[in-house]
Amino acid sequence: MSRKELISEIGLRLDGRRAHELRRIRCKLGVFTQPDGSAYLEQGLTKVLAAVYGPHQVRGNRTKAQHDSAIVNCQFSMAVFSTTDRKKRPRGDRKSTEMSIHLRQALLAAIKVELYPWSQIDVYVEVLHADGGVYPACVNAATLALIDAGIPLKEYVCACTASLANNDVPMVDISHQEEIIGGPTLTVAALPMSGKVVLMEMSQRFHLDHLPKVLDKALQGCKDIKTILDEAVRRHVEDVGSSSGWGNTSEKART
Amino acid sequence: MELETDIVAHAFGSARLRLANTDVLVAVKIEVEVPFPEQPDEGKIEFFVDCSANATPDFEGRGGEELAMEIANSLAGAYKSTQAFDLSSLCIMKGRKCWKLLVDILILECGGNLYDAVSIAVKAALWNTRIPKVLSVHLDGNKVEMDVSDNVHDCEKLDVARAPIMVTISKIGDHCVVDPSSAEEQCSTASVVVAVSQKRFTTILQSSSGALHPTTLMDCLKMGCEVATQLDMALLQILMKTPSQKDIGFLL
Repeated sequence: MSRKELISEIGLRLDGRRAHELRRIRCKLGVFTQPDGSAYLEQGLTKVLAAVYGPHQVRGNRTKAQHDSAIVNCQFSMAVFSTTDRKKRPRGDRKSTEMSIHLRQALLAAIKVELYPWSQIDVYVEVLHADGGVYPACVNAATLALIDAGIPLKEYVCACTASLANNDVPMVDISHQEEIIGGPTLTVAALPMSGKVVLMEMSQRFHLDHLPKVLDKALQGCKDIKTILDEAVRRHVEDVGSSSGWGNTSEKART
Repeated sequence: MELETDIVAHAFGSARLRLANTDVLVAVKIEVEVPFPEQPDEGKIEFFVDCSANATPDFEGRGGEELAMEIANSLAGAYKSTQAFDLSSLCIMKGRKCWKLLVDILILECGGNLYDAVSIAVKAALWNTRIPKVLSVHLDGNKVEMDVSDNVHDCEKLDVARAPIMVTISKIGDHCVVDPSSAEEQCSTASVVVAVSQKRFTTILQSSSGALHPTTLMDCLKMGCEVATQLDMALLQILMKTPSQKDIGFLL
């Protein structure tokens, strides 16, 4: 009986990556016109769409409105065809509700809610293809969508998964196959520039002595993701800005 | 109108349609099931529509369920006729095993004219669907043993030439308008959705509150039929062209 090793002797993982390598990230801001901000993010094979509406007046229950900050409302939903086995319900089950709460927790740490009293910001995330690292992809996509919507953030919120292979080698950005085969998974959402951790969640278990190095790996992963996202945002701003003349209205400035 | 097929990896067939501000993603999965006792030599087809909250905040939670139900039911009605979609091609063993097509529709953006976009995307996804070839099937006692080909390229395609296309016709003022945008939909007095397959109607439904005079109704239906036939021909032409190998998806 052969058991697949998470890391082979020469240091390659199941999909050919090294322990510190992230999967390929491709992203695009402003995919839709209806929402105020939208983003599409691919992390390996995991594909996520995020849409942001707001800030707008509080919908539904007016008593929920707060006098000193905006309400952030998140919804996490997975398409029925996103997993190998067809999902019966896209949202409303316990896992989706839990993910929505975690997403909200991560985003609240970065959004400057005190600038929009009596308002509501809606963040909707739709998973089109789930292949491991769904929560980090959602957080990263939501950050991009918030930036596209022009909502002020303290800094980027990036998330990453990390795991321990062969009981002593920490790996970053876990794919679905690696999750299934074994190994504990540590999911970390952080503010990369200040190094603060916003959300940390772990499945299975490993010895406490290993925690610092796995956490370090995950935080490094978050920093790397932030660099990639930042580049994408700058490229998008360049595209949008240069096509509208950088908002210059005088004739002289155009030459 | 932008159409892209084969974008969902896990599905047997998929399509994405972008029609101005309307964005629809369709994936087709298949399962093996026991056929209905009244129709032992026919397969099954089931539609599931999910209105994502990305489209409008009103669709959050269970808000979009009503609209989703309506669209799913109208599609089921349109595909019920055997002349439109032949379910007997999905039969594996009469009375015992058949293929069940699960068509999942995800509405990502709602810019008016939802029925048309959904029906075109569904037809494209069904055209793109590859059903694995059943090499042999025999009865072993009371159990059915099926041998399905392992080769990914050894598969059958569905015959969707006669699959229905839906067209929405709205009456605005004195004129009948096809393909209304969301602004036009809101100021129309009434609108009719027709599902047309090979010049025959498979379903007609009135989708908004408002009354139509019978002559206006007949005009609308005639116009809908013409437009649907043209759309159908154009769609089949596009689908026949060899697809490009680029994986674009949402990145473009």
